[in-house]
Amino acid sequence: MFAYVLRRFAGAVPTLFIIVTIAFFMIRLAPGGPFDLERPLDPLIMENLNRAYNLDKPLLYQYGHYLWNLAQGDLGPSFTRRDFSVVDLFRTGLPVSVLLGGMAISLALIVGTFLGALAALKQNTAVDYAVVGTATFGITIPPFVIAPILSLLFGVWLGWLPAGGWSSGSLRHMILPVATLALPQIAIVARLTRGATIEALRSDHVRTARAYGLPTRIVVGVHALRAAILPVVSYLGPTAAALLTGSVVVETIFGIPGIGRYFVQGALGRDYTLVMGTVVVIAVFVVVFNLIVDILYALLDPRVRYD
Amino acid sequence: MTDHSTIAAREVLTEAGPMIAGRSLWQDAWRRLRKNKAAVASAIVLLLLALAGIFGPLVAPHPYDRIYPQYVRTPASLEAYPKAERIIPAFESVVSRARVETGSAEVEGSTVRMPISSSEALDPRIVRYVDRSDLFENARIEELSADGRSGVMVADVHRLRFLFGTDSNGRDLLARILIGIRVSLAIGVLASAMALLFGVSYGAIAGYLGGRVDGVMMRIVDILYSLPFIFFVILLVVFFGRNFILIFIAIGATEWLDMARIVRGQALMLKRQEFVQAAEALGVDNSGILRRHIIPNTLGPVVVFVTLLVPKAILLESLLSFLGLGVQEPLTSLGLLISDGAANIQGATWLLIYPAIALTVILFALNFLGDGLRDALDPKDR
Repeated sequence: MFAYVLRRFAGAVPTLFIIVTIAFFMIRLAPGGPFDLERPLDPLIMENLNRAYNLDKPLLYQYGHYLWNLAQGDLGPSFTRRDFSVVDLFRTGLPVSVLLGGMAISLALIVGTFLGALAALKQNTAVDYAVVGTATFGITIPPFVIAPILSLLFGVWLGWLPAGGWSSGSLRHMILPVATLALPQIAIVARLTRGATIEALRSDHVRTARAYGLPTRIVVGVHALRAAILPVVSYLGPTAAALLTGSVVVETIFGIPGIGRYFVQGALGRDYTLVMGTVVVIAVFVVVFNLIVDILYALLDPRVRYD
Repeated sequence: MTDHSTIAAREVLTEAGPMIAGRSLWQDAWRRLRKNKAAVASAIVLLLLALAGIFGPLVAPHPYDRIYPQYVRTPASLEAYPKAERIIPAFESVVSRARVETGSAEVEGSTVRMPISSSEALDPRIVRYVDRSDLFENARIEELSADGRSGVMVADVHRLRFLFGTDSNGRDLLARILIGIRVSLAIGVLASAMALLFGVSYGAIAGYLGGRVDGVMMRIVDILYSLPFIFFVILLVVFFGRNFILIFIAIGATEWLDMARIVRGQALMLKRQEFVQAAEALGVDNSGILRRHIIPNTLGPVVVFVTLLVPKAILLESLLSFLGLGVQEPLTSLGLLISDGAANIQGATWLLIYPAIALTVILFALNFLGDGLRDALDPKDR
């Protein structure tokens, strides 16, 4: 197992390298630069700025320079937020995004599997229809509609919760953003769990377990759900990576200082290092979570072996 | 005996012939779709919304980009504006700009009258002060005295209806939602059509040719897949600027990947079938086989996927507009309206609620229709 994990990490390096390369050259191809303002800067200042950030060197040199720094864990200085390096920005923003995303994922996993299993066990009853109907609702309405409506309902009309803001992570400020992030995931997890549980309940190994005379809660809890959770695990892998690296919409609407905004802001302001940093962080999360999914698969499904 | 049974058999055949007229896959699917009430209702709703998007802006009482400076952030109301209590103060304030002595104003039906006088002869051009306001029209001076120094300023009250209210620039929200529906639906359909065209031909070629070509083509898809797709769209928008046509091209360019994979899988399966081998044996060239045999047979899953692609494209456009990367003012889309509403929820909730309802209805209808089509075209998936 350990050798397998090591091999997977070694295999991730070329993937990351390709992604970094494509992203680096694509953002450079975009017209405009980080220091283009409405009123053009004095040519001399522009020249000095370009020299300070190595923008006057050939592109290939800059690319090599970036890779060299990246290998040492340095993502470079931010172009638009002077005095901050990209690593600094992530050091303050990433914990916020990870906290929110982690809570949303946990909530989605707990509530979603519970509702999905419940619907499957009570298939074609009112409970089932209620869960499926709500799930359709949750999947269809996009977060950028849910977020302002929740904010309006609980923040403005009812006045129970703050309509936005972070205030260094108080629980009251986290409820609405976490709910917005979790709702669509709960819906999808519930649907996946329901489908997989219905299938698992009809499968041979569950019938065998029943034939042994095991009590229903063991049959369902241990044998059926264990098989039913597999599609959820493979869905949640990439989703977790996306949620933990922040959501632009949720962070913009609720005014949260995570890293989700950096990508859009960086791309618009041609903050090359910030965009690249975001791409690298997202890619690392994706690689790590794909690995976690594969390991979980081996733990959950006795037929899967990595040797 | 033998003759008899053959004749009987022939009779049975001729009798049964018209009874068991074969139904094609599409007829079958159509019958199943018509039985699905949610799908039929969704199709009707979509049709109505599409008609509203196409013809609504033409018949709407206000142009979508007309600004009424006096009606900024007017709440939604079935009653016509201006409200009765607002007429007299508004009239007094516009007439006072003409720098004349004013008496007390009174409202009679839909006209408002106010005696005015001045130390010099009244300039007939002062009616423009009144006409310039959004609240009044057809202003005139009546009962002018012989010396021309006093008279009565009369104006018709210009009644306007803002069923959904107005936005923070004083534009009618109903007209903007109608144009937003038009833009969102158009982008959804056009982007999906682009993804369809590109994805189907790419996937069919990769799957049918197979081997090394397939390997290279699908590796390209894999690499594009691993880039965060928002990144891709943003870069395309940044490259090409923010114009309507390029936005749907950008969305289509990111959405064809799934389509290419689906079609490639189908093509891989189809090319081993006898009818394709027969066509090859008859000497039909590659492009002929692709057009005549491979692509038509992939259409079932493709149609299902397209109906689910349209809401995805609409969502993506809305997201782009929400981030300020979509269509540009004064043109608007549902996403842009929602983002505007989200910025104004403290004081003007209608700006969020109506566009949100419009978008949600469209997405629901498309999803139900897509589910219905999937059930109809792929019964074993149910």
